[in-house]
Amino acid sequence: MEREGVRMADEALFEFLHMEVISYIFKSLEKDDSDNGKCTAKLEGMGFRVGQGLVERFTRDIPRFKDELDIMKFVCKDFWAGIFKKQVDNLRTNHQGVYVLQDNRFRLLTQISAGKQYMEHAPKFLAFTCGLVRGALSNLGVNSIVTAEVSLLPACKFQVMMQRA
Amino acid sequence: MLRTESTKINLMRPLGQPALACAGYRWRENYYSHQRRGGYNIGVRIIEDFLARTNVGRCHDFRETADVISKNAFKLYLGVTPTVTNWSPAGDEFSLQLDSNPLAEFVELPDNHTGLSYSSLLCGVLRGALEMVQMAVDVRIVQDTLQGDLQTELRLRFLRRIEESMPAGEE
Repeated sequence: MEREGVRMADEALFEFLHMEVISYIFKSLEKDDSDNGKCTAKLEGMGFRVGQGLVERFTRDIPRFKDELDIMKFVCKDFWAGIFKKQVDNLRTNHQGVYVLQDNRFRLLTQISAGKQYMEHAPKFLAFTCGLVRGALSNLGVNSIVTAEVSLLPACKFQVMMQRA
Repeated sequence: MLRTESTKINLMRPLGQPALACAGYRWRENYYSHQRRGGYNIGVRIIEDFLARTNVGRCHDFRETADVISKNAFKLYLGVTPTVTNWSPAGDEFSLQLDSNPLAEFVELPDNHTGLSYSSLLCGVLRGALEMVQMAVDVRIVQDTLQGDLQTELRLRFLRRIEESMPAGEE
């Protein structure tokens, strides 16, 4: 599986594929109904499944997490680096189950952030990642709600709200 | 403790294909054409990335192109080097044989989609990328491990050179 020593350019592939998935979803669903929420939900769902799968591989040989914060640190460091080749720039929490992950140069937004032109499309490019984080957390035993916001491209914030049973 | 080495995992597979496959597909043809179109768009963009990374120059003939595709492109992006074989006598058609197909690792086709051409994304990528370097090619899958074949085989046929023409009104 792991191709040690082989330098792969999978980041580029990931970016391109992500773009195509978005364009596919939005194009194919817009025909029957122009309900953007449905498309976003679908992307989020895909991300969820991928996140679940990825986290299992990423955590294969690391020790058990101590607590919730430990899990979030893992998501910000290893998980993020594994997918986006960089770590989350800032993690903040209110210690009551709300975490804010800030990425100042979010990989999936860099391509559309040359100007303000595509600002309105930015949420499309975040839905998948929201699902990714939620899926990862879910497989680590934490139910959560993940939302994203963009104020200035290509920076963005993901807010993770833990759901306690 | 950032583990870079062990997190080097092929993201292509978990992200894309199964995601597309389970995104509510009922029609195989539909899946197929979308894969190809999606692949084409990826190809159109990836060629720039490829040229920027690798430093390969212009190819003098189709054989050289075949070599670059297998030894440089596939190696760089998927980590495998397919074998170039089965040249047609005219030298305009060849096969890429993949012993292992990274896109299809851990994939099993469900019973109701046994005929699914799972890796047709690759066809689109190759077509798109080559089109950007003035080569019109036809790409198809002739063997697929997921269909019970021993290996995955892509067949590339050179159609024609695309002549570059100036847009109307430009000097």
